[in-house]
Amino acid sequence: MIDNRVFREKRRELLSVYFPAGYPELNSLPDIVMALDGEADIIEIGIPFSDPVADGTVIQAANTRALANGITLNTIFAQLRYVMDRIATPVFLMGYLNPILHYGVEPFCQQVASLGISGVIIPDLPLDYYEQNLKSIFTSNGVNVVFMVAPNTPNERIRRIDSVSCPFIYAMSSFAVTGGNALLTATHASYLERLKGLELRNPVLVGFGIGAPDTLAFANSNANGAIVGTAFVNQLSNAATSTEAVRALRIQLGLDINHKN
Amino acid sequence: MNLNPDSNGFYGIYGGAFVPEVLYPNVLELQYIYSEIIGSKAFVHDQEQLLRHYVGRPTPLTFATGLSEKYGARVYLKREDLCHTGSHKLNNVIGQILLAKHMGKRCIIAETGAGQHGVATATVCALMKFPCKVFMGAKDMTRQQPNVFRMRMLGAEVIPVQSGSQSLKDATNEAIRYWVANPEDTYYLIGSAIGPHPYPDMVARFQSVISREITTQLTSQEGCANPNYVLACVGGGSNAIGAFYHFINSSKTRLIAAEAAGKGVGTGYTAATMAVGSVGVIHGCKTRLIQTDDGQIVEAHSVSAGLDYPGIGPFHAALRDANRVSYLSITDTEALTAAFDVAKSDGIIPALESAHALAVLPKLQLKSTDVVVVNLSGRGDKDMETYASIDATSMP
Repeated sequence: MIDNRVFREKRRELLSVYFPAGYPELNSLPDIVMALDGEADIIEIGIPFSDPVADGTVIQAANTRALANGITLNTIFAQLRYVMDRIATPVFLMGYLNPILHYGVEPFCQQVASLGISGVIIPDLPLDYYEQNLKSIFTSNGVNVVFMVAPNTPNERIRRIDSVSCPFIYAMSSFAVTGGNALLTATHASYLERLKGLELRNPVLVGFGIGAPDTLAFANSNANGAIVGTAFVNQLSNAATSTEAVRALRIQLGLDINHKN
Repeated sequence: MNLNPDSNGFYGIYGGAFVPEVLYPNVLELQYIYSEIIGSKAFVHDQEQLLRHYVGRPTPLTFATGLSEKYGARVYLKREDLCHTGSHKLNNVIGQILLAKHMGKRCIIAETGAGQHGVATATVCALMKFPCKVFMGAKDMTRQQPNVFRMRMLGAEVIPVQSGSQSLKDATNEAIRYWVANPEDTYYLIGSAIGPHPYPDMVARFQSVISREITTQLTSQEGCANPNYVLACVGGGSNAIGAFYHFINSSKTRLIAAEAAGKGVGTGYTAATMAVGSVGVIHGCKTRLIQTDDGQIVEAHSVSAGLDYPGIGPFHAALRDANRVSYLSITDTEALTAAFDVAKSDGIIPALESAHALAVLPKLQLKSTDVVVVNLSGRGDKDMETYASIDATSMP
């Protein structure tokens, strides 16, 4: 069942790790999820899409490979059905709107709820469209939706997003697609400072361009944690096993390799 | 039928603005400034001056003697091929570049398929002194090379897109990615009637000069304002929506759009969105698109780079559902035949895109009194390599 205590209890230095389903091999998901269990606070599984407009080249290529491997939403649900009882870490699904719409929002939500998924992140789902057209379906099935904020999001809109998003807010680090370099500038610190000043009900996790000790520390000191995607996808493509990839990622991020979170 | 989308940018169930949060302020700002400027006298004046003295409007409405004789009707060609830069694309970019200037943007980006929109954008950027980046599929850069040279000569940077099908869909993805990374100083100048609200409405209105002129010209040349048929090709749908716009509520006029069937609707090598597509979200709007059973967007196929797109503008999707426009599928071969025919019958070499509209003529049951307007959206210079690869003597 959904266990989101980490967002209330730990609430600092949260580490969320992303990888797309069906990558590097069609059936890699269960093995990667088990390798991440306990090594990350949150696991984010990407639903591959043909046209990922918010992603940089590394995640685009991983999406293309996963689709060529034959990944589908039904396969992802079957893989999750196997692995969810074997892990304790909260799992989120992240995917673009079209495959979800095409699957049907209601059946999608039913699957997500029955699997004990902690929430979904849909980068091209606008807040207003969600509230007017889809919110009732998600809430009646008990499915959480995580919304994003960006450096140009005005305060009053951030507050609206905070009132809808659950159980965290995904803060885009800077103007970039995934896999760019998060800029550790005063401007970006002041944006995260602004988020902190709003005293939001949700913890804030910073994503896009986090892949080194300095960017991770920046996210941890200015927000409640970080989301790492491209760096892990690169490690998955280099490492022989999922466990090695997770270990290499922790080394890359300057984290203890024997310490379970 | 209402020509305007609702306040959220929807034409019925189609449209909207499905963009990542980072682009929300941009889209909102654009909606606000666009609705403010579109009625302003100064804007309309600047736009009209440029359309007249720079683009060369009004474009002629040519009575096509050869086609009229062949099909036994009164066939006219709306000569968008005679616009500066060789297609209807300049109508829209003139409007949007004035808007970008008014908004104080510093850099222009655009996507292009056949290169016609890229050339049009590079042209107005040279005119208005904007730095310009055009995203173009690597495959399209090869098959539309003259347009790549034109864009570079006009001072634009042409960025080859290697991802996916290396055509218009992926060029649009890459332009959106650049916009996500540079939302503050960059204006995204979309060329087709697609994208998040307000782009589909904006492109439709800037292109509607085509149908407005047809109305006036037909009145003086034919003594009636409304033709029996208007034919136009449709990829994303900018020239078609422009050619249809003022006739949408004229019950006398049958509106027919020609989509690219590619090798054939059932072959899997097609761009016939209406024939094989279903409802979904692509490039910021809800519309009809070609997709797999898992909601993955399929690569389109057409001999014509300008129609090689797996989606269609949301206004078109609504016009289809309302049965106001008929969408016919035209194969590569039918379009090529039509291009060679009109070259000989009327001395006009059309763009491959426009040839799809001409290929509708033999499918109609025409009466001698019928007035038919075909929107000749562009000229064929850019397609000479494709035309030359076909043995002209083997064409009928």
